[in-house]
Amino acid sequence: MDLFEYQARDMFEKHGVPVLRGIVATTVEEAAEAAEALLPPDGGVVVVKAQVKTGGRGKAGGVKIARSVEEAAEVARAILGMDIKGHTVQRVMIAEGADIAEEYYFSVLLDRANRNYLAMCSVEGGVEIEQLAVERPEALAKVAIDPIVGIDEAKAREIVETAGFAAELQEPVAKVIRTLWTVFTAEDATLVEVNPLVRTGAGDIVALDGKVTLDDNASEVRHPDHEALEDKAATDPLEAKAKANGLNYVKLDGEVGIIGNGAGLVMSTLDVVAGAGKKHGGVKPANFLDIGGGANAQVMANGLDVILHDPQVKSVFVNVFGGITACDEVANGIVGALNILGDEATKPLVVRLDGNNVDLGRAILAEANHPLVTLAETMDGGADKAAELANA
Amino acid sequence: MSIYLNKDSKIIVQGITGGMGAKHTALMLDSGAQIVGGVNARKAGTTVTHKDHDGNDVTLPVYGTVKEAMAETGANVSVLFVPPAFTKDAAIEAIDAEMPLMVVITEGVPVQDSAEVFAYLQGKKTRMIGPNCPGIITPGESLAGITPHTITGKGPIGLVSKSGTLTYQMMYELKDLGFSTAIGIGGDPVIGTTHIDALEAFEQDPETEVIVMIGEIGGDAEERAAAYIAEHVTKPVVGYVAGFTAPEGKTMGHAGAIVSGSAGTAQAKKEALEAAGVKVGQTPSETASLVREILHG
Repeated sequence: MDLFEYQARDMFEKHGVPVLRGIVATTVEEAAEAAEALLPPDGGVVVVKAQVKTGGRGKAGGVKIARSVEEAAEVARAILGMDIKGHTVQRVMIAEGADIAEEYYFSVLLDRANRNYLAMCSVEGGVEIEQLAVERPEALAKVAIDPIVGIDEAKAREIVETAGFAAELQEPVAKVIRTLWTVFTAEDATLVEVNPLVRTGAGDIVALDGKVTLDDNASEVRHPDHEALEDKAATDPLEAKAKANGLNYVKLDGEVGIIGNGAGLVMSTLDVVAGAGKKHGGVKPANFLDIGGGANAQVMANGLDVILHDPQVKSVFVNVFGGITACDEVANGIVGALNILGDEATKPLVVRLDGNNVDLGRAILAEANHPLVTLAETMDGGADKAAELANA
Repeated sequence: MSIYLNKDSKIIVQGITGGMGAKHTALMLDSGAQIVGGVNARKAGTTVTHKDHDGNDVTLPVYGTVKEAMAETGANVSVLFVPPAFTKDAAIEAIDAEMPLMVVITEGVPVQDSAEVFAYLQGKKTRMIGPNCPGIITPGESLAGITPHTITGKGPIGLVSKSGTLTYQMMYELKDLGFSTAIGIGGDPVIGTTHIDALEAFEQDPETEVIVMIGEIGGDAEERAAAYIAEHVTKPVVGYVAGFTAPEGKTMGHAGAIVSGSAGTAQAKKEALEAAGVKVGQTPSETASLVREILHG
């Protein structure tokens, strides 16, 4: 799960990372109140920042400085509801203005290729770091982190030295890096990024903007508090319904509903349907839905229920390989699901079963002879039929 | 021959008394694999009973530690069905006991735990497969994991895959030809055995004539495997990649199956494999046909 900047800020503060004050607002009024609370009495500024889970919001006009409560309200009015790369701005963060002397960069992330972590640090922050990495790789220090040792004092020193910080800055920056490492481990993150990390005129090192990605597995196992960080409003209602039923569902933009078992096979099914769709008016898969190993009637009914409520769906392709689960159980699941759904099931279903007890499974479906169900012999044939029906 | 697992492999199950552990212990026994015991510290000294392939009762001892289980049974493979919160500790216990092969089936292991276990493995004697994988099967000889043993028999194809059901699908499509070993390496971001490890082992296995490699979106493991194939693999390799239609930023079931930015797309993986001389199928059935062409000329 990716966090919003304000959530990352709060998380940083909780673990002792120096941050500026910031208040999240969802309305113009809240933004004005926040500005009132944060504007220094003797003049100064606040920054109104769009909260979206994508980069480049500054260029898109999603970050503005305000010198008064009125100006903050005006700016917030302009930013709230703005579209930034397909993300509608639902919230802004009103942040204290910073007196920036210098900008740096720091991140620590999971390095899949090396199966450890990687810390990256630069004395040239505030810029697009991908661009810096390509154009001047020597300006970006990359230091491998042993997952068992972590970023201890020696490793933090190595990072700041490699990045080329001036001698007097090494200790204070290293200290902040250690607190960011605490965020990474204590919250089970796969990415903690600060850009920019700044030195203020007063000489403090402060994390001005943060990006955090949390590991969903760890959140599930040992961070019950992470559930509150989910952006429920942005979740597609069908995705929310599927999740409530324990189904692994992703809504896509297409007409052929897909149900299968196992993530790899379902991904493959989407590809095969997309390929078949080219011959049938360009129809595409409508979703990813993995019902997992034990495809009993109730699980199948829950899955069909979600898919049949997607108004875009015109046909459904059920593609199941009976490995541990036998095909007769799956077939009974489909028949049972159609009984449970009754009149709510209105769209044609193409069913392809293979694997354990396949003959028995196909016989059960043939016997039931449901008017909506077409049996397919192969995955490719089933995909083609489902695409044809979606284009009818 | 085979890779990593054969008829002499003696297997213990960590988590043998849990629901998944019990179910799959029975299925592994039914496949003919030598399951010699299990581990659960809280149930040490008890036994569990399952049927073997011929329907006879097999009573398996439950030990308190992996070390004790190895000493008593001579086990050289451990299969883990331990809940994700405890997987790291169970894995470290197996590594400390110098278990030669450890197959971690558990899904949902925190990735920092996997990273710690992988770091801990370095310089140790254990090979880890998984986590979040279907395990490994050498048809007709042994099964360490959850792959259905009834799909296919022995043959000349070596298979390595990130995905369980796609492995089953491919084994089913080629069931008349058979497999030397099929290994599911798992779809998590940090795994113990990679495509490259399996390719290296299949290259050296005299019984494997053709290698099938199944990948999916996310990370760059397939690209690195392609580079390895170009350099080191002389046997024919047929590839398949799932996830061409997966949108950026959405996780498709496997924790590792996510496309971020331009990296990890199915198209990039397919191109890298083709550049290394690997024939890549558009669908599982086309992939199976490519394997047939190679074996039958």
